[in-house]
Amino acid sequence: MPLIEVRDLKVDFGTPDGTVHAVRGIDFELQAGKTLGIVGESGSGKSQSVLSLMGLLADNGRSGGSARFEGRELIGMADRDLRRIRGNRIAMIFQDPMTSLNPYLKIGVQMAQVLELHEGMGRRQALKRCGELLEAVRIPDAGKRLQSWPHELSGGMRQRVTIATALLCTPALLIADEPTTALDVTVQAQILALMQELRRDFNAAIIFITHDLGIVAGFCDDVLVMQDGECKERGSVDRVYAAPKHPYTQRLLAAVPRLDRNARPRGKRAAKAEPVLEVEGLDVVYSLDRPRMFAPRLKLQAVTTGTFAISPGETLGVVGESGCGKSSLARAVIGLVPPSAGRVTLLGGDLQDADRKAWMAARRNMQMVFQDPLASLNPRMTARQIVAEPLGACRGDMSRAERDERVVRILNRVGLKDGQLDRYPHEFSGGQCQRIGIARALAPGPAVVICDEAVSALDVSIRAQIVDLLMELQDELGLALIFIAHDLAVVRQISHRVVVMYLGRAMEVAQSEHLYAQPMHPYTRALIEAAPIPDPRVERSRKRELLQGEPPSPLNPPPGCAFSARCGFAIDRCRQETPKLRNLAHGMVACHRAEAIADRRA
Amino acid sequence: MRKTRANRKTLQRASGAGRGLWSDAWRALRRNRAAMSAAIILSVVAVLCVFGPALSPVEFDYLDWDNVSVPPGIEGWHFFGTDDLGRDLFVRTLVGGRISLMVGLVATAVSLLIGVSYGAVAGYLGGRVDQVMMRIVDILYAMPFMFLVILLMVLFGRNIALIFIAIGAINWLDMARIVRGQTLSIKRREFVEAAQAAGVTTPRIIRRHIVPNLFGVVVVYVTLTIPQVILVESFLSFLGLGVQEPMTSWGALVNEGAKAMENESWALIFPAGFLAATLFCCNFIGDGLRDALDPRDRSA
Repeated sequence: MPLIEVRDLKVDFGTPDGTVHAVRGIDFELQAGKTLGIVGESGSGKSQSVLSLMGLLADNGRSGGSARFEGRELIGMADRDLRRIRGNRIAMIFQDPMTSLNPYLKIGVQMAQVLELHEGMGRRQALKRCGELLEAVRIPDAGKRLQSWPHELSGGMRQRVTIATALLCTPALLIADEPTTALDVTVQAQILALMQELRRDFNAAIIFITHDLGIVAGFCDDVLVMQDGECKERGSVDRVYAAPKHPYTQRLLAAVPRLDRNARPRGKRAAKAEPVLEVEGLDVVYSLDRPRMFAPRLKLQAVTTGTFAISPGETLGVVGESGCGKSSLARAVIGLVPPSAGRVTLLGGDLQDADRKAWMAARRNMQMVFQDPLASLNPRMTARQIVAEPLGACRGDMSRAERDERVVRILNRVGLKDGQLDRYPHEFSGGQCQRIGIARALAPGPAVVICDEAVSALDVSIRAQIVDLLMELQDELGLALIFIAHDLAVVRQISHRVVVMYLGRAMEVAQSEHLYAQPMHPYTRALIEAAPIPDPRVERSRKRELLQGEPPSPLNPPPGCAFSARCGFAIDRCRQETPKLRNLAHGMVACHRAEAIADRRA
Repeated sequence: MRKTRANRKTLQRASGAGRGLWSDAWRALRRNRAAMSAAIILSVVAVLCVFGPALSPVEFDYLDWDNVSVPPGIEGWHFFGTDDLGRDLFVRTLVGGRISLMVGLVATAVSLLIGVSYGAVAGYLGGRVDQVMMRIVDILYAMPFMFLVILLMVLFGRNIALIFIAIGAINWLDMARIVRGQTLSIKRREFVEAAQAAGVTTPRIIRRHIVPNLFGVVVVYVTLTIPQVILVESFLSFLGLGVQEPMTSWGALVNEGAKAMENESWALIFPAGFLAATLFCCNFIGDGLRDALDPRDRSA
């Protein structure tokens, strides 16, 4: 008998505009010790379907159908009985470890509450058990950690705590709602490996909700693909990934960029052209608050000696985990934050001592596309006004009629119809908003466009469209693109050259085909190994050397090589002497051990 | 949070786009029964105050010694009765309403104008400028309000314009603080950064990007400021520092009515009722506007 059997599960929300059918009847069953992945894009109802199992729907939600868990019907169960199952037999891990822990309670107290409530344990006994579980999720110094506050832990550690909390009562079913989405790729790999071990040790069934097809391929036994509240396809991961039946699944799989497949078809890229943008030795230092009165201000070195050049028609990818300084680099280049040292040369003009006028002229040639499609558009302006704004600001040479005409042309070019131009941002979908953002960046006719995580907030299929659009526009206009992202696969898809950053420093710079095939820096290697590939067979055959720990704080960087603390190849020299970026084989690398590592591999 | 956003998205797709932010808010407000009835009552009160006195044959300052302390009734046109000087309370209440409402509107407008521009500039520019500007606000805050009013009265004599100035001068401080705080959070939103990257000038960013996005908060605050100002004026009049006889306001009327409460309860009940109703209505409208303009709550 399956552990949980769901038949025709429906979730409706009553709203003033009528009923919204968020989930329209899905079926699945799950055996103990197995994992079901539920994938879908945002708004597909994947979260609502499991929340309804737990009786955690919003007040206006209603669930229907049947869900038998250990022989008991969950749908329509009284809240009092459900509460006894929640946290006890079924436990949940939420997306954001930041918000799912109460900041005002110590870790130990927070975890012990669960045991006191469900198992009637005393505080001392409960704390002891909590310590054991923290050890089980590999938190160093578990005993001490019980006395920590949530803010003292890093994101990955916090997610480990929520996993430990979920496991306290040895639940039969674990529901994980995007548990790794807020984490960096190397930390994500650690958490996934941990969950895999725990599944074995605790023999729990897991329902894993995610938008990432790569994770499902490596982690789940079965997969359920959802769209618009309906189940489009269900089956074993091997079958679904190898031979998807439903057109939606096929489209989804085709849209995912793959780390192990080759990159973009090379567009016409001006060979050996003069670089349009040169950045040399750029430092970005933020001044923080004084730790004590009269103490000197803390300095946060976000970027150290950022150096690169980019020619027309070229895409430079910048990858790294959060906090590695990739956004600071972009902001310093475009002048949103003042660099504290270094030189930026745009089209031959030095921007270091540029006055306001020179900056205005530079802005015309350098524009930016932002991460959050909706937040980067002013909610009180129409699409037309938004795109017209930079034109008004830095193209004083054009007449009003010329500008209006150009706005319409660009908006049409990025795929908006004439009838949509006077709408407000909230009336557009995320993908359309990002198209408007791109149109805004292109409006003044720039030579360089910086895309700061421009596709990270978008769904897979939309992301593919936006990436295609960017590449088309680049080929048409000969743009130089700086493409900043944390997703290695997307960067591979779009970039000619890639810079890998860690703690504010460039670790490796190489042509993307070389970088992905033969990474020279151990960090690059670790990043590539940690990134999931949407193919169950490839995932299973991959040997992973998981990177331990998390990036150190830029406030307190380790001496020597920034990566030495997590590097498996580090020798004493690495801990003392900071490696410089130097030419090697196919590119540049900042590692003392690069040759030795390359030899070892060969 | 994530959930509600997803719901909103699906809903919007379901119901079809084509609505501006304000029309959205207007629809939400219209569904709010408390706010809509409050708005209707408030308009009735306002219309009465403006046109009501013309309906009565007596002037607000006419002393009718034959009809002193007449209880409310139809005969003799004394709908609300008369006071101990024989003045018609119906007319006096409405004329007093003119003053009270005007104080509310003008003083709020003054505080709106100064407060929004001051707060937005301080918040957007930040750093030293912000420090200096907000310290000035703090210093002004520390001035005792009553003392200021009495000082002005002593220097310039009793004058209704002084009340406007005094109240406006105090109220913009609150507005400036609120606007500054809001500006600080808007400033960090990506669209402002996008405007900076696009080369838009600072005054234009404040005008086009910061101020329009302050509207929601400011509109709500205004509806809460109006009753507050009316109350302050009432308080001043109650203390004898407000409008001068024979001109009157709701506050002054309540003051007189309170003295004669035992014999002429109507002299207290009617002005106090109008005052309370207006305050209630403003607060309900404010609440309704806040709910209607909150984008997180815009589920339909």
